[in-house]
Amino acid sequence: MKMNRRHAMAMSAGAVVFAATGLSSTRALATAEDVDKAMMQLGGGKMPEAGKVTLTAPEIAENGNTVPISVEVDSAMSDGDMVSSVTIYAEGNPNPDVVTFNFSAMSGTATASTRMRLAKTQNVVAVAKMADGSTYMDKKEVKVTIGGCGG
Amino acid sequence: MASKPRVKVPKTASAGEVITIKTLISHNMESGQRKDKEGNLIPRKIINKFTAEFNGQPVFSADMHGAVSANPYMEFTAKVQESGTFKFAWVDDDGSVYEADANIEVS
Repeated sequence: MKMNRRHAMAMSAGAVVFAATGLSSTRALATAEDVDKAMMQLGGGKMPEAGKVTLTAPEIAENGNTVPISVEVDSAMSDGDMVSSVTIYAEGNPNPDVVTFNFSAMSGTATASTRMRLAKTQNVVAVAKMADGSTYMDKKEVKVTIGGCGG
Repeated sequence: MASKPRVKVPKTASAGEVITIKTLISHNMESGQRKDKEGNLIPRKIINKFTAEFNGQPVFSADMHGAVSANPYMEFTAKVQESGTFKFAWVDDDGSVYEADANIEVS
């Protein structure tokens, strides 16, 4: 594998952050299982299917304090094809909940953007809940160089 | 703590158009995870709810947790059929509500 400089830098910086948080942090972080559990609950006992929802997040976030994310759900947003909400989870933050966007017929489209905190490199998950109760998900890994949850 | 919210809504639109709204409010969104110099946990104090309505009808809302960045930014869309007023509200953990509004002319 060809190792370019940028890649090497990102990896070593990541390792440093990991070591630092490992030493200073005593709090428990959320796990992928916590997010799975929350998704099961949201889906009424069923895991969300992949598709329909697109989560956009940077591949590498230099500063975990403010990571721009946006979601877009493929939906007509009219009778019979409505998105009621999109919930964002973070698998490696102290608390997996990030934000829930609630849409209405007046939203026009099911799109929203905000900025979030990430404690370390982790997966960010977006789950769309349709008006009929079905759920869909998308997942992106974001590499974080400086964690954003204080300490 | 929180200062005057800023909202960006187009001044005009055609009926049925889907417009993009951007909002920003200054707030340090204390996550409840940080410690002060003595090692005591700083209590959580964030804006936990944002709502947008148009002529009294709910358009969009967001339930926020500690993982939303300081100075929370929200971008979303609205489909407008008639002229009217958007009302935005941010609810703080301490119960304070910060408000803003914006008018739009729809032809």
